[in-house]
Amino acid sequence: MTSKKDQQLQTERLIWRAWLVFIVLLFGSLVAETVVHTETKFGPEELPFFYAWFGFASCALIVLFSKALGVVLKRPEDYYEE
Amino acid sequence: MPYKREPTMPIFNTLIDQLLSTGFPPGLILILGGALIAFLPRYGGYAAAIVSPFLTLLYITHIPQSAAMFDAPSVHLAGHDLLTIWIHPYSHIFSTVFCLAALAGGIYALNQFKRREMAAAYIYAGSAIGVTFAGDFLTLFLFWEIMAIASTLVIWSHPTAAARKAGIRYAVMHFIGGVLLMAGIVAHLTTGGQLEISHQTTLFADITAPDFFTSPASLAPWLMLLGILVNTATPPFSSWLPDAYPESSVTGMVFLSAFTTKTAVFVLLTVFAGNKILIPLGLFMVFYGIVYAILENDMRRILAYSIINQVGFMVTGAGIGTTLALNGAAAHAFCHIIYKALLLMSAGSVIHQTGKRKCSELGGLYRTMPITMVCGIIGALAISAFPFTSGFISKSMISSAAYMPEFEWVWYLLLAASAGVFLHAGIKFPWFVFFQRDSGLRPKEPPENMQLAMIALSVMCIVPGFYPQIVYFLLPTTVDYDAYAHGHAVTQLQLLLFSGLAFFMMLPMLARTRTISLDIDWLYRKPLTHILLLIDRLAFFLKDLITAMTLRYLQGTVDDIASIHSAEGIMARNWPIGVTMTWVILLLGVFLAVYFWVT
Repeated sequence: MTSKKDQQLQTERLIWRAWLVFIVLLFGSLVAETVVHTETKFGPEELPFFYAWFGFASCALIVLFSKALGVVLKRPEDYYEE
Repeated sequence: MPYKREPTMPIFNTLIDQLLSTGFPPGLILILGGALIAFLPRYGGYAAAIVSPFLTLLYITHIPQSAAMFDAPSVHLAGHDLLTIWIHPYSHIFSTVFCLAALAGGIYALNQFKRREMAAAYIYAGSAIGVTFAGDFLTLFLFWEIMAIASTLVIWSHPTAAARKAGIRYAVMHFIGGVLLMAGIVAHLTTGGQLEISHQTTLFADITAPDFFTSPASLAPWLMLLGILVNTATPPFSSWLPDAYPESSVTGMVFLSAFTTKTAVFVLLTVFAGNKILIPLGLFMVFYGIVYAILENDMRRILAYSIINQVGFMVTGAGIGTTLALNGAAAHAFCHIIYKALLLMSAGSVIHQTGKRKCSELGGLYRTMPITMVCGIIGALAISAFPFTSGFISKSMISSAAYMPEFEWVWYLLLAASAGVFLHAGIKFPWFVFFQRDSGLRPKEPPENMQLAMIALSVMCIVPGFYPQIVYFLLPTTVDYDAYAHGHAVTQLQLLLFSGLAFFMMLPMLARTRTISLDIDWLYRKPLTHILLLIDRLAFFLKDLITAMTLRYLQGTVDDIASIHSAEGIMARNWPIGVTMTWVILLLGVFLAVYFWVT
């Protein structure tokens, strides 16, 4: 039992560390934009951190759209075997 | 005379030059390799599987990249002079990657060595190479159809009822595509078109031009395009891919993912480059693939939908039509074949070791399958176009080609799609298979040959990320493009990392359910089947009705005749003697009365 609990604690610790690394990377990418010169051609690109919020918003919209479509399209696994 | 080169290996070079001058198609080496695999004993088959892709590569490297340096020989067959070695701008890059895919797939499949599947797969790969060097529509069509048959055999090599049924649907779809292509070719030839495919100019550069429609020749490219779009898996002709590919064996799908769709992309780049209609079609494919992959639970179906998504990028590139876009589409096909094969090998290894293919049944495999996990993640990073992977140096070419005021909306959509790719394939596949939760499964790593194939392809996903020229070298023009210029790596990293954030924040919404999602194949698997069953029942009802009515009429006639002439009928009835006597006396009386009256 104890070993299982230890394992669980270890996994949780690992997850927290992964989140920490991820957050550092997220901030790192934002900071990098201010350091590296990036090319801009279209209006919205000049907004700060365009790629960050555009990527986030695109994914959120895609997930929501897929979820809504799933309500109509999802069927049980044996649908075609009936 | 074919192209001459430095005599480093004189005898070998002379032999290859001889073969080149006879018009021996490069794809035929792999096709013969496939035949040897089918008939040689086990170890002979192994040798054929390893040696034939190498020989094909060697042969291809002897064909010069520039058409001007090569006098194309013709092969006389069935009353036609066929051009079997014809150097198109993208012949080399496509044929090279087809060889690599066949070789990697062969190594991956060695431990299982399913003779029928492997033989069909090599014939399939060889005919795909045949298409890339086809100089006329007849040669193209010939190899195109061999591909359809051989790939169907690859699917059928998996001995399950699901594979058999999906294989039939696959074959029907591809034969319809073949008929459309053939009809287009015939229309092209009968309206004054040439059998030869020019390698100088794009044959059908603008098939939506208003003046083009007034010409009777306008039908030809549209029919051909429809036939090709069946193979690129463009909706509404797309569902054969996620329907059939995941039903093949784990090794079969590695082969299947490489050739059909990419050969079709090659033909688009060669004959239809610059047609703006391809842009919306490609963009639709991109998002269709993402949305369906998000809804999917079966990991190989996720990867199947992501093939459509990735081919969508290439079709969009073909539609944009600038040199950068076309080069980008070809380079992306090259990189895609490698990382998609790697992803499928990783997924295949999991299926091979656990027997499970659904995300809802998997999870936590990182503990016992670290090599498979790392290779899978490398493939996932490459498909997501992470900087320093192959996907980044090719996909960014297509995005950069769209980075012009006239394609502004295309560029935004491609950018959103790049984020979506990371979502549906880049994180979803490794997360649900290797992490997510502890499924309790503790499988071992797959056999060494499968690991070797995965590691080799992982290297091929990483190295071009650092040295893009390895891929650009195979393109027809000198590529003056730096994927890492203008802070592209930083912006791409930002896009992907924040897409990742969206994924993890919306994870509860992405929880897998034990469901399937209806696709276009629903139309022919449900309503069309019901309509056919209804027609069948109606036909049986009519048959029964007509039979019953005919029988009734005949029975009536027979009864009428029987009532007079049968044993029971009036004419055959036994009458009592008294009645007969009475009738005789009566008739005699009548006769006498009449006689006396008359006389």
